[in-house]
Amino acid sequence: MTLDELRPDHRATVVALEIRGVQRRRLMDLGLLPGTEVRVDMTSPLGDPTAYLVRDALIALRRSQARAVHIEVHDDEPGRR
Amino acid sequence: MPGPELPTAPDAGPAHGACTSCAIYNSANLRKLGVETGTYDYVAAVAGNPNTGKSTVFNALTGLRQHVGNWPGKTVARAEGGFHYHGHGYKLVDLPGTYSLLSTSNDEEIARDFLLFGRPDVTIAVVDATRLERNLNLVLQILQITDRVVVALNLMDESERHGITIDVRHLARELGVPVTPMAARKGQGVPELLESVEQVARGTVATRAHRVKHRDPRLERAVDVLAGQLQQTFPGLPSTRWVALRLLEGDPGTEQAVRDGTLGDLGRGIAGPEATSARPTGTAAR
Amino acid sequence: MSNAHLLDHAARLRDDLPADFQEGIVESIYSDAAAISSSTVSRDSQRARLTADRLLDRALTHRVWGFAVMGVLFFAVFWFTIAGAAGPSGLLYTLLVEGGHAWLRDGFVALGSPGWLTGIVIDGAYLATAWVIAVMLPPMAIFFPLFTLLEDFGYLPRVAFNLDRLFSAAGAHGKQSLSMMMGYGCNAAGVTATRIIDSRRERLIAIITNNFSICNGRWPTLILMGTIFIGALAPPALGSVVAAGSVVAVAVVGVLTTLLVSWGLSKTVLRGQTSTYSLELPPYRPPQLWRTLHTSLIDRTLFVLRRAILMAAPAGVVIWLLSNITVDASSIAAHVVDALDPLGLALGLNGIILLAYIVAIPANEIIIPTILMLTMTLGSNLFGAQDGVMLELGSAHTETVLIQAGGWTLLTAINLMLFSLLHNPCSTTILTIWNETKSLKWTTVATLLPLTLAFAVTFLTATTARLAGWI
Ligand SMILES: Nc1nc2c(ncn2[C@@H]2O[C@H](COP(=O)(O)OP(=O)(O)OP(=O)(O)O)[C@@H](O)[C@H]2O)c(=O)[nH]1
Ligand SMILES: [Mg+2]
Repeated sequence: MTLDELRPDHRATVVALEIRGVQRRRLMDLGLLPGTEVRVDMTSPLGDPTAYLVRDALIALRRSQARAVHIEVHDDEPGRR
Repeated sequence: MPGPELPTAPDAGPAHGACTSCAIYNSANLRKLGVETGTYDYVAAVAGNPNTGKSTVFNALTGLRQHVGNWPGKTVARAEGGFHYHGHGYKLVDLPGTYSLLSTSNDEEIARDFLLFGRPDVTIAVVDATRLERNLNLVLQILQITDRVVVALNLMDESERHGITIDVRHLARELGVPVTPMAARKGQGVPELLESVEQVARGTVATRAHRVKHRDPRLERAVDVLAGQLQQTFPGLPSTRWVALRLLEGDPGTEQAVRDGTLGDLGRGIAGPEATSARPTGTAAR
Repeated sequence: MSNAHLLDHAARLRDDLPADFQEGIVESIYSDAAAISSSTVSRDSQRARLTADRLLDRALTHRVWGFAVMGVLFFAVFWFTIAGAAGPSGLLYTLLVEGGHAWLRDGFVALGSPGWLTGIVIDGAYLATAWVIAVMLPPMAIFFPLFTLLEDFGYLPRVAFNLDRLFSAAGAHGKQSLSMMMGYGCNAAGVTATRIIDSRRERLIAIITNNFSICNGRWPTLILMGTIFIGALAPPALGSVVAAGSVVAVAVVGVLTTLLVSWGLSKTVLRGQTSTYSLELPPYRPPQLWRTLHTSLIDRTLFVLRRAILMAAPAGVVIWLLSNITVDASSIAAHVVDALDPLGLALGLNGIILLAYIVAIPANEIIIPTILMLTMTLGSNLFGAQDGVMLELGSAHTETVLIQAGGWTLLTAINLMLFSLLHNPCSTTILTIWNETKSLKWTTVATLLPLTLAFAVTFLTATTARLAGWI
């Protein structure tokens, strides 16, 4: 499953980034790397981008990028408030 | 040498004989010099992730009014100012926010170049206390290249509101450099920050920066070897371990700079007093 | 070791390393960071974001409310600006333009100053300066603090978040909306702000289109036109609301133009891949009222005003000289205006407006004073007034000057608003574009593309209006 499919308030852990080069670096700089826990916080009124909670910061990513982030959804959903 | 006395200067120090190390005494020794850096003894850089309050810290120390705004990316150029503390002149350089020194992104080039090759005497790493973990990413990278770091643990007021407590002494021990909690917007923690900056600048405090160990021993060795060779070929080049990593990655810009020998000039133009505040500073490395 | 050897050695060492060794580096840094952080930080609640922040975000990025609030906020900013500035602007006009001018003029004449000197200093330099202050100071003093409050609160990134889909569809970078918003203060600042965009292609798009963010130098033109020609169509009680509406409408046209031109560029000369977009949304922070007021008044408003004055005084001298040096029985200005009139009228403007835009290339701020001064001189010549007695009409209201002496219509006003929105950037911005791009080609494109667009659009509206028989 990829990050763009994660439903609001659900939590997941990143398992792999399916992009190379600069784009991959960017995501890692933002703290998004395998093992990182993420949660969907809110979606833009026009449907894209979506803001994710990553290491306590709210980071907006476009769907095209979120699609490259493979995740594993946590069982105890929906995420704790 | 001290610059001219400015009207913004706070009142002179209190009576002598008072506790000379207490915070109040010290902040009274601060003379904000605005843009009047004149000649200075030390250069201090203000670095950190975007929107952590770097410009606010810069303003608190220099008395300038560098624009601040609540969004990442407000500052896009280097700004310089000065202050005078305990008889020493400091030039303070406010940098744009950056997430990482390892990336090659153009938007972070100015900050990256100055930290790596601007040879600041002290780097003030401004950190968002409510997001310590992600901010430490950059701090640890800075600590890879220099020991002369003071961590300004900013936004303490917000972290308190969020119910976050930080063991500052433990953090300082882990990082191996001074850590000063502050709320720059309210001016809190400024005296302590000054004290730490002075100690690090003058080398009166022992720092032992936390160095991240690469998991792969081969990498560790490759970096060591290459950094050593760089040191020989380009004497005086700062951040050789960082440059070595770049070469191992095969970064075309860095390779070019090695080939044509411009690597040795890296940072000369950045550190000099003639650098202007409004100009972007390109490197030879790209 | 020679430099080439060093590279060879690096390549050899690289061969020994796993392909993804860089990843390993980032990972080890993060794992150290996580370890240090978890051993130093303790939370008494698991809440990462404050509930208030979350609730506010739900509203401000809501499907319906998000846009409604955005519209209301921006409308309110302009309405406050227009309604609030009217009184002080009128007062400054009375004091500086009418009173001060007459008083200084009398003083000069009493001191025996020759006509040309009085003309250059008082009717030229002083008058233009006084006018710039009257039309610019009050709106700026209201607009800047309001905008800075929104900025300090943390609202701008939310706007970027809400609008991103549109920018993405236009092939532009998501952070372009941030540089666009900076352009509402000053385009030169907006162009510099594009540095937050990493990719060169997307950055160029942002630079070229920044011109369609109306800068402070252009607000007064829009406000004046909106007030005199459009607000006046509504019942008096609604005047300022309608005027604000018209200014917001022009700003919205500006955003649409930005999107359209970005789209055009990204489909043609600036084709390429969309780069990574990531925007960190900061927490909301209560703005510091006092500091904001202080900084935006002292730093921004006065700074902008100073620049306007520095530009206005010499421009005033130029205008006076143009209007008073006669060649073949009429002034240079009259000749130029005559020559420009056909083009101007075809664009739904007139020769005076075009001449004003030429005089005002250094700074947009002086457009309105220039137009008014030229209209009065040339217009009063039409009425048979004597040379140099520019202010025969001075006591009349600006609108009387424009309508009676200038022959302006609603079309002139609307097209001036459009022209003001679209035309080429000011000299400072052009210089900044050069500094940021170091490319003659892109600086030229950024200068001429808007100008061409301005001509095309005003020609279109004028022709339509004419064919439809509206004028
Ligand atoms: N509550 C609180 N807010 C602060 C503090 N320090 C800074 N801020 C606010 O944080 C926001 C960012 O401050 P800046 O100084 O512009 O941050 P910066 O690190 O220079 O940001 P960039 O230049 O964009 O990287 C502003 O809204 C400041 O008012 C603080 O100690 N407490
Ligand atoms: Mg800043």
